[in-house]
Amino acid sequence: MSTVNAPVPTDPRLDSRVGSETGSSTPASPKRSGLGGRVWWRHALGLVALAWALFPILFIWSAATNPSGTLNTASLWPSGFSTANFNTLFSDTSRPFWTWYKNSMIISFVGAIGAVFIGACAAFAFSRLRFKGRRGGMMFLLLTTFFPALLAIVAMYIIFAGISDALPSFGLNTLTGLILAYLGGALGANVWLLKGYFDTVPRELDEAAIVDGASHVRIFFTMTLRLVMPILVTVFMLVFVGLYGEFMLASVFLTDVDTQTLGVGLYGMTLGNNANELFGPFAAGALLGSIPVMLLYLAFQKQLVGGLTTGSVK
Amino acid sequence: MTKPIALAIKWVLIIATLAGILWIAAKLAAAGNVTAVVIAGLVGMGILAVYATRRAVPLKYLVPGLIFMALFQLFPVLYTANLSLTNYGDGHLNTKEQSISDIIAQSVREVPNTPRYKMSVATKEGDSVTTGDLVLLLTKPDGSTFVGDKTGLKPLDAAGVEKTPVGKITKAPGYSILNARQVNARKDLQSLAVPTSDGGGVKPVGLSEAFEGKSSVSYDAKADRLTDTSTQPPTVYEPRDARWVNTADASQSFPQGWKEGIGLSNYTRILTDDTIRSGFIKIFIWNVVFAVVSVLSTFLLGMLIALLFNDPRLRGKAIYRSLLILPYALPGFVTALVWKGMFNQDYGIINQTLGLSIDWLGTDFGAKAAILITNLWLGFPYMFIVCTGALQSIPQDVREAATIDGANAFRTLRSIIMPLLLVAVGPLLLASFAFNFNNFGLIYLLTKGGPFSGVDTSIGSSDLLITYAYRLAFSGTAPNYGFAAAVSVVIFLLVALMSIPGFRRTKALEEVN
Repeated sequence: MSTVNAPVPTDPRLDSRVGSETGSSTPASPKRSGLGGRVWWRHALGLVALAWALFPILFIWSAATNPSGTLNTASLWPSGFSTANFNTLFSDTSRPFWTWYKNSMIISFVGAIGAVFIGACAAFAFSRLRFKGRRGGMMFLLLTTFFPALLAIVAMYIIFAGISDALPSFGLNTLTGLILAYLGGALGANVWLLKGYFDTVPRELDEAAIVDGASHVRIFFTMTLRLVMPILVTVFMLVFVGLYGEFMLASVFLTDVDTQTLGVGLYGMTLGNNANELFGPFAAGALLGSIPVMLLYLAFQKQLVGGLTTGSVK
Repeated sequence: MTKPIALAIKWVLIIATLAGILWIAAKLAAAGNVTAVVIAGLVGMGILAVYATRRAVPLKYLVPGLIFMALFQLFPVLYTANLSLTNYGDGHLNTKEQSISDIIAQSVREVPNTPRYKMSVATKEGDSVTTGDLVLLLTKPDGSTFVGDKTGLKPLDAAGVEKTPVGKITKAPGYSILNARQVNARKDLQSLAVPTSDGGGVKPVGLSEAFEGKSSVSYDAKADRLTDTSTQPPTVYEPRDARWVNTADASQSFPQGWKEGIGLSNYTRILTDDTIRSGFIKIFIWNVVFAVVSVLSTFLLGMLIALLFNDPRLRGKAIYRSLLILPYALPGFVTALVWKGMFNQDYGIINQTLGLSIDWLGTDFGAKAAILITNLWLGFPYMFIVCTGALQSIPQDVREAATIDGANAFRTLRSIIMPLLLVAVGPLLLASFAFNFNNFGLIYLLTKGGPFSGVDTSIGSSDLLITYAYRLAFSGTAPNYGFAAAVSVVIFLLVALMSIPGFRRTKALEEVN
């Protein structure tokens, strides 16, 4: 993981290499040529790539601030600025946008905290303790990641319908039920990521603590967890972002409008005959709903990207 | 040494957990689920055995995850396999006994001049008023109150019950009473019948009254036959294929069947039913094409952009990177739904800007193209980031060696950079394939698997196996859980088959130390 973001070692001979690659025959210049010179075409193509990457986002902004608020009047370039769509969205009592927002936040936050705790405990056992079936256990966890829980969604639905009968507060149509269902997949891929980082913490520290008389609980909670904080943050972000965007289980579990998540709620706005009129408010909701995840990505780019690509680049 | 305070915290946590499990077990017992109570008991004893003793230290750290994994990942998988061997679904939701009592209750006819109940429609407190099981709160003319659902009629404790002057119940503890508008929205009210102990039943009349009547259907347990005396001559029904079928006319049967094991019928249906088999093969081919094209297109675009920016003289790379990552940072549902709007044939900006009038989401080819374009936009930033990292890790001296040997830029890319890049990102490409193979969210939100124009209208042009299974179970009026579970099991097997090569080659196998 560390090498993913490592700076490129600059070699003076590199410039001539790049120069010949770009078809230049001029001798290598010792100083970088910056914006001008031979890289202008890279900037030109880069701008094309940016246009491709950003035009749908520009469209969301235009549609959200479009004064008339329908799909047929939405254009790529903003046609004026209006908060009418936001007002429509917030005042629609049959579509409680802020409740959806709150539900999404609760589910993602609690689910991510739970997943980090479960994963960190398991990673500690796999990294620090020696027991029979350790290797087999890691293999088994890797195997389970090939089979996403959503394949068993029919059974999940029927199981939680049964739980609804006995324990309505943990069943369908509750946030707790959905969080429990998500926690079923909390082991698995995360443990590999976590264990890899746990392994980098020197075992000598543990041994010193044991000599000092610390129990395994004390080592785990007061020492190891602090030393591995960066990976805990990374896993928290990854799980948070994943749960925030999850749609399938949420759409099956949450049928009451007051328990729905942003994804399920906004999806409902694009259905039916008035989808055209609702497009402006929908875009406003989509814009607001994207903000938490976008901010997380921009603020924790390195961790998130590092976490996503771990294992590939050594 | 363990300090007393740590010990105290430990025991408080153990006792709190056990109390919670006891509470859950009590609730499960009240609902009559013996198996679940036994499982809860075993979990409780397991927790006590692991945490109360000094032994089994590794388990202390693994138990929280293992419990959730066993309950909500492994058990559902096994349950799916089990379901796939049954006919569970619309018309086959209950046991045979329940189907008998339901048929008898449904056939109730009002006996003239019998008093009617005052009726309020309710759901159990905590259940949804739009989807929860309906409960009838009934008042007899003598003022006694009853509660009835599809399992039977029970007296209702008068404590806390409030009634209108005519006797209609307006408040009862433990139940939420539906208002007239909510009752009207419940189309299942008219098919609700409460069986009574004497073989009759209570049925609603309108929205606020119910009658008790005699049933015209009776069950002969010895012969295992239902007899309907409302016709002349009486009609006899026998059990056949998990339904009650008229012995004289096999096309007639009651809608209430029961759940039973049907062996491998669901699987043989996939293989032998012509429309389903051809549809299934069509879905599978598109499923593989979708996953492969998605991985290749995102990888190619991501790699090209990464090569474009892989120039140490280029400034502003951090800004480019932050902006290029934005498509990946949007929540998936926002991306899919916004592109759905952009692909709209009449109003969408794609047709408007490019001056086209392609019916993107309404034609076979258009829907597939729309899905691939959206997934390319969604997925290329990830590949760009991954390739950037991999390119930076390729040692500079290898390239220099190639240059010295006289390789030109293209040759270096093809023979040096690409092989090294593929080694590095290969496992991620496989993971990306596995993810896209079951990319439910994108397809469902963009096209719902449609358009549905083929021979079999239950199979859409852009369906993946997973969206097909989802629709079998959760959309439409006649869910077929058993068949959906069988399709899920087939997906399991296909994923397993396809992941074996990747799994065997994965470096991770050798790296557990």
